[in-house]
Amino acid sequence: MKIRDLILAVAAVAAAASSLIATPVQAQAKEQFFPLLSYRTGPYAPNGIPWANGKQDYLKLINARDGGINGVKLTYEECETGYATDRGVECYERLKSRPGVALFDPQATGITFALTEKVPTDKVPLITLGYGLSIAQDGLAFKWNFPLMGSYWTGADILVQHLGKKEGGLDKLKGKKIALVYHDSPFGKEPIPLLQERAKMHGFELQLIPVTAPGVEQKSAWLQVRQSRPDYVMLWGWGVMNSTALKEAQATGYPRDKMYGVWWAGAEPDVKDVGEGAKGYNALALNTSGTQPKVIQDILKNVHGKSQGTGPKDEVGQVLYTRGVIIGMLGVEAVRRAQERFGKGKVMTGEQVRWGLENLNLDQKRLDAMGFTGIMQPLSTSCADHMGSTAARVQTWDGSKWSFTSDFIQADEQILKPMVKAGADKYLADKKMSRRAPADCQS
Amino acid sequence: MFYRENGQFKTSYRADQQILPIRQDRVVMALLLVFAFAVVPMLASDYFFRAILIPFLIMSLAALGVNILVGYCGQISLGSGAFMAVGAYGAYNFFVRIPGLPLIPALVLGGLCATVFGILFGLPSLRVKGLYLAVATLAAQFFSDWMFLRIKWLTHDSPSGSVSVSELQVLGLPIDSAQSKYWLCLSLLVVIALLAKNLVRSAVGREWMAIRDMDVAAAVIGIRPMYAKLSAFAVSSFIVGVAGGLWAFIYLGAWEPAAFSVDISFRLLFMVIIGGLGSILGGFLGAAFITLLPIALSQALPALAGLVGFDISTAGVSHAELMIFGALIVWFLIVEPHGLAKLWSIAKQKLRLWPFPH
Amino acid sequence: MAFFLETLLGGLMAGMLYSLVALGFVLIFKASGVFNFAQGAMVLFGALSMARFSEWIPLWTGVDSLWLANVLAFVMAAVVMFMVAWAVEYLVLRHLVNQEGATLLMATLGIAYFLEGLGQALFGSSIYKIDIGMPKDPVFILENLFPGGVLVNKEDLYAALIAAAMVTLLSLFFQKTATGRALRAVADDHQAAQSIGIPLNRIWMIVWCVAGVVALVAGMIWGSKLGVQFSLATVALRALPVVILGGLTSVPGAIIGGLIIGVGEKLSEVYLGGFVGGGIEIWFAYVLALGFLLIRPQGLFGEKIIDRV
Repeated sequence: MKIRDLILAVAAVAAAASSLIATPVQAQAKEQFFPLLSYRTGPYAPNGIPWANGKQDYLKLINARDGGINGVKLTYEECETGYATDRGVECYERLKSRPGVALFDPQATGITFALTEKVPTDKVPLITLGYGLSIAQDGLAFKWNFPLMGSYWTGADILVQHLGKKEGGLDKLKGKKIALVYHDSPFGKEPIPLLQERAKMHGFELQLIPVTAPGVEQKSAWLQVRQSRPDYVMLWGWGVMNSTALKEAQATGYPRDKMYGVWWAGAEPDVKDVGEGAKGYNALALNTSGTQPKVIQDILKNVHGKSQGTGPKDEVGQVLYTRGVIIGMLGVEAVRRAQERFGKGKVMTGEQVRWGLENLNLDQKRLDAMGFTGIMQPLSTSCADHMGSTAARVQTWDGSKWSFTSDFIQADEQILKPMVKAGADKYLADKKMSRRAPADCQS
Repeated sequence: MFYRENGQFKTSYRADQQILPIRQDRVVMALLLVFAFAVVPMLASDYFFRAILIPFLIMSLAALGVNILVGYCGQISLGSGAFMAVGAYGAYNFFVRIPGLPLIPALVLGGLCATVFGILFGLPSLRVKGLYLAVATLAAQFFSDWMFLRIKWLTHDSPSGSVSVSELQVLGLPIDSAQSKYWLCLSLLVVIALLAKNLVRSAVGREWMAIRDMDVAAAVIGIRPMYAKLSAFAVSSFIVGVAGGLWAFIYLGAWEPAAFSVDISFRLLFMVIIGGLGSILGGFLGAAFITLLPIALSQALPALAGLVGFDISTAGVSHAELMIFGALIVWFLIVEPHGLAKLWSIAKQKLRLWPFPH
Repeated sequence: MAFFLETLLGGLMAGMLYSLVALGFVLIFKASGVFNFAQGAMVLFGALSMARFSEWIPLWTGVDSLWLANVLAFVMAAVVMFMVAWAVEYLVLRHLVNQEGATLLMATLGIAYFLEGLGQALFGSSIYKIDIGMPKDPVFILENLFPGGVLVNKEDLYAALIAAAMVTLLSLFFQKTATGRALRAVADDHQAAQSIGIPLNRIWMIVWCVAGVVALVAGMIWGSKLGVQFSLATVALRALPVVILGGLTSVPGAIIGGLIIGVGEKLSEVYLGGFVGGGIEIWFAYVLALGFLLIRPQGLFGEKIIDRV
C-alpha cells in the first residue's frame, strides 16, 4: 500500500513536471520551423502516412541537397492528431509559438475549421491543399487560409465537367442520375452545394447517399445504389471508406468504371487492396505519381539513398506521397518568396510567410527548375485568389497502376466565383468582420 | 498531528452541517482557490493554459456531471458525448439566433436543452437496468451524431455542418485571451461544483444513492424511482451540457459533430471510474489523470526513448500512448478499484493519525 | 419486390456477420460475468495477426500454396489469441474477481486500448488483405421470377454458413463435452461451481481462448470482406445492439438478435432513410434494440434479472 502510494505520487509529479518541461523557451530563431500535423494511427492512417512522409522527405531534401533556403536550415516536428479535432488543436497550441514557425498543414478538414478561428490571432498561415474551407479561396475574406490548387467545390465542378464531356456536352446530362456516396462529415458534405447548383443548371438528378464515418459497413448504401441504378457514382471518401466502397460496389455489381472519386479517393491504399476488383475506377488527380520526376529522383538519391527516408522506399512516388512533396514544396517556396522581400538568409515570421504564400508565382520555368515538371500545373496566388490554380485531371486504375484518361480541366469560375463570394460574405457577416482593404494586400 | 478534528467543537447545527467541518480543510481549500484564481494566471504560459488547464477544467466539469449519474445514482451511461453535443449546439443556436445574447445565459440555455434531451433518453432507465442500460444509452450517442449532421436547422444551415463562434463576452469583458478563458471556466466550475456538492448531500442526493445501492429496497421505503432516476439524468445532463458548451465555445472555437463522438463518452466514463465513483473530488482527479496523461506521454516518451538511444516515430509514440494508457487503466483498477478519491481519503485517514501508525 | 428481397437477404446476412462478433461477447459474459468491451479489439487483433502472418509465412518459409499459407496463418493467429487470453486472465481478471460491473467494464476497455495500440505497433496501420478465396462477385438468383434477378452476395452467404457452423460447434461443445458442462456450471453460479471442484481460473481462461478464436474467425471474415485496418474494431459497436437484443447470456439470442438487427438496419436505411436524408442505420439498430428491451428488459432470450431485497 505504501509503495503503491509512493509510486502513484511520483508518477503524478513526473507527469506534471514533464508537461511543464514542454513549455518552449523563447529563443532567437536560427532555423525555419515547420510543424507537421499528421495521423499515423486510426482509420485514416493508410492515407495519412504517405502524405506525412512526402512532406517530411521534401524538407529533408532541401536541407540535404540545398543546405536549406538561402542558408536557413529547416527543422520540423511531427505531432500525431489521429484526425481528431481536439488533438489537432492541442498540437497546434503546442507548436504555434516555436521560434521560426512557418505555417500549418492540418491534413484534416475538421481541424482546419477549428484552426481557421485561431490563426488570425496567432498570425500563422494555414495551407489546405485540395481540402478545407472551399470559400477560403476568397483571399480578401480569409487572410490566413490558403486552399492551394483546389477545394472540394473545384473538384466537384471538374468532375461534372468531365462527365459532361463524356456524355458529349453538359446539356446531355439532362435526365441523368448522379449519386454522391459521401463520408458523413464536413469533408463529405462540402461538395453538395456545388453539385446541387450544377444539377439545377443542367437538369441531372443528384442522389445523396451518406456513409457514417469511418465507413466500415456500407452495404445499405450500395443496395440503394443498386436500386436507383444511377448513371454515375461520385465517391467522396477518405481512408478505409474508399476501399470498402469499391469492395461493396464489386459485391453489388455496380460497374466500377462508372465511379468517379475525388482526389482524396484516388490513391494506392484505396485500390491496391481491391486489386482487379477496382479495375476501371476513376478518380481526380491533382498531381501525377511515379518515380520519374526529377524531384522524386532527388529524394530517392539524397534522402532515401542516405537512409534518411521517412517511410518505406517503395512508397516514394505514390499519389499521396507526391502530394505531400508538393505541400512541402509550397511551404518552402513561400518562405523563399518571403525572404526575397523581407531579407534573404533570415528566418521568416508567420506574417512574412503569409505574404510569401499570397505572392507565389510558380510558372513552368520555375517548376522545371525545381524538378516538378509534369507533376503539377503552374500556380500563382494573389491577394484575392488564395487558390492559385484550379486544374485537375481524371486518372483510371487498370488493376495495377493509375494512368491519365483526361486532359487538364479547369474549374468553371463563372459558377464558382459568385458561390464563393456569397459564402465568404455570409461568413464575414456572421463573424461581424469585413473584407480586407486593398491597401492590406501590400503587407 | 496537524490534521485532526480535536478541539473543533461545533455549537450550531449550521456549523455542523458545513461541507468542510475541519478547519484545516477550509484553510487548504481557501489556499487552493487563491492559488487557482490568482497565482496560476501569473505563472502559467499560454500553452499551459490553452492545452492543459482549460481542457482539464472543462473535463472536470463534465466528469462531475457524469459522476452524479453513474457514481451517485448508479445508472451507467455511455451517452455523455451526446449530452455535451446537445449542450454545445443548443448554446450555439441560442447564441447565434438571439443577437446580443451574453455567453453565460447561452451556456445555461444550452445546458437546459441537454437536460430535456437527457430526460428523454433517460426514460429507458425506468425499465432497463445495468449493462443493458449502458448499451441503450449508446442510442443517444449515435442519434446525436446523426442529428447534428442531418438536421440543417440545428447547425444554422451551415453547408458543411461545421459551426464556429467568436466575439464572446461576459458582462462586457471580452473572453479572448487564455487567462480570461481560464477564469471563466474556473468560475463556472467552482460554482457548479459547489451546487453539486450540496445537491448530493441533500435529500435528493440520498435518494440517488439509495437507488444506486438497491433500487427495489428504495422503492419499498417510498422513494419514487422515476423521480430519482430522471432527476439524476436531468442534473447530470445539465452539467454535462454546460461543459459541452464550454468545450465547444472556449476550447475548440469551431467544431463539427465528430468532436463529440463516442470516444469522449468513453473518456468521461474512464475519468469517473479512475477518479472514484460517488465522489465530487473524484471527478477532478480522474479528469486530471485522463487529460494530462496523453500530453505527458507524448512529451515524455520521445525523451525517454532518446535516453535509451532509440529513435521513436510519432506513430510509435501514439501506439505506445495507447498501450500505456490501457495498461495504466487496468493497473489502476486492479490496485484501487474505488479510484483516486479513495486513495485520497485513505491518505486523509493516515494524516489524522500521523505520526502514529494506528 | 425483387429489391425488397435483396434488402431482406442482405440484412439477414449482415446480421449473421454481426452475430459472429456478438457471440464473443455472449460467451465471455455467460461464463465469467464480464462484459468484454475489448471484443472489437480482439477481432481486430486476430484479423491483423492472420493478415500479416499470411503475408509473412510465404516470405519466411517459402510456402507457395495460398491455402496452406492461410491455414498456417490461422493456426499462428489462434496461438496469438490464446496468448492474449492467457495474459488477460492472468494479469487482469484474476485480480479483479468480485468487482462491480462498471469496474470490469472499464478494465476491458483498458484492455481494448492496449490491444489496439499493440496491434498497430506490431502489425502496422495500413490496410491489409486477407485472401481466403472468398468470391467477390455477386450472384443473381430467381432471374426467371424477377427481371434482373435478386442479388445475393456470395461472400456474405459463405460467411453466414461459417457463422452457423461455428454456432453449431459451440452448442455441441457446451452440451456434449465435459468442459462445456463445466462452463455452463460456472455461468450458472461461480461459487457453487467452485465448491464442487471446478477450477475457476482455468475455466475462465478456456472461455477467453474460445472467445478469442471466435473473434479470430469473425475478424477473418470481416477482414476478407472489408480489408483489415484499425477501423475494424468499430464493428463491435455495430454488434452491441445484437448482444443486448438477444440477451447477454444467450447464444441463440445472439443469432436471432443478429438477424433482427441486420434486417432492421438495412430495411430502415433503404426505406426510411430516404425521407430523413439517410445515415440512420446505426442509431436505428440501437433504438430497435431499446424498443425490444422496453418489452423484455433482459433481452429476448436473456436470463430474467431477479432483484432480491
